[in-house]
Amino acid sequence: MSWGSWENFLAMGGHAFYVWGSYLVTLGLLIAEIVLLALRKRSALARLRVHGAAAQGDR
Amino acid sequence: MSSNWLKYSSPQTFFPLAGKLAFWFGVLALIACAAGLYIGFFRAPTDAQQGEAYRIIFIHVPAAWMSMFLYLVMAFWAGLGLAFNTRLSGMMASAIAPTGALFTFLALWTGSLWGKPTWGTWWVWDARLTSELILLFLYFGFMALQAAIDDPRRADKAGAVLALVGVVNIPIIYFSVKWWNTLHQGASVSLTKAPTMAATMLTGMVVMAFGFWFYSIAAALMRSRCIMLERERASEWAVEYARGSA
Repeated sequence: MSWGSWENFLAMGGHAFYVWGSYLVTLGLLIAEIVLLALRKRSALARLRVHGAAAQGDR
Repeated sequence: MSSNWLKYSSPQTFFPLAGKLAFWFGVLALIACAAGLYIGFFRAPTDAQQGEAYRIIFIHVPAAWMSMFLYLVMAFWAGLGLAFNTRLSGMMASAIAPTGALFTFLALWTGSLWGKPTWGTWWVWDARLTSELILLFLYFGFMALQAAIDDPRRADKAGAVLALVGVVNIPIIYFSVKWWNTLHQGASVSLTKAPTMAATMLTGMVVMAFGFWFYSIAAALMRSRCIMLERERASEWAVEYARGSA
């Protein structure tokens, strides 16, 4: 498959909105899921550290 | 041998393994998606009837496959947890649900964007589209039910019952295009007859499906690690791990 130029590639035969609308939303949501998971892990670890320090203080 | 395998059924021993697996499946997902996109955009020819809009199927079909497959895997873990009362099974089921919901949404979203230029409509209430929408609500229902119950063990049990009842929807989605007269086309790929599309198109779709599959494994394992840290906050190993990672 040869597109000839970047313009042709981006135009997707006049269906750019539908094709790129599908691909960009997919890419965005997959990246968002991974970022949210990294943030969730970070906050779980932060809570554990607070909890661990409190448990140590009790001893 | 069996004791070796069962070793990984406790969160403490599974946690580090899940971390390694998540990383490597993430790497595999990147490679497969890069290869799949290359085939889909630079190897597969233009479709004679649909022009370039058909290139949406390289994510639409794999996303739809994953939406159904992940539901089955989620229900399998939920059922296992219900039957054997193992802690990790419920965590795995909860870890899969949001990723399954994500792929269900993507199947609907990309299908809609494909339908507009191809069928002339964003949405129709035909059996395939409606049953896929019900699948999205099943995922949401599972997540909402679990979130509403404070005790994780009880949340796992309630969620498992819902997940198992919902399994009936999967064959309905899959066979809907056969059982009813739908606007959605029949299966493009089946085990019993030759595929009805060009070989490069099929290859691109299958490679992307592997990419999404590896991605799902990586995301579910990452989420299972979060769930383990959240639920095991009273145990020594989790506190030790948090301290070590500071």
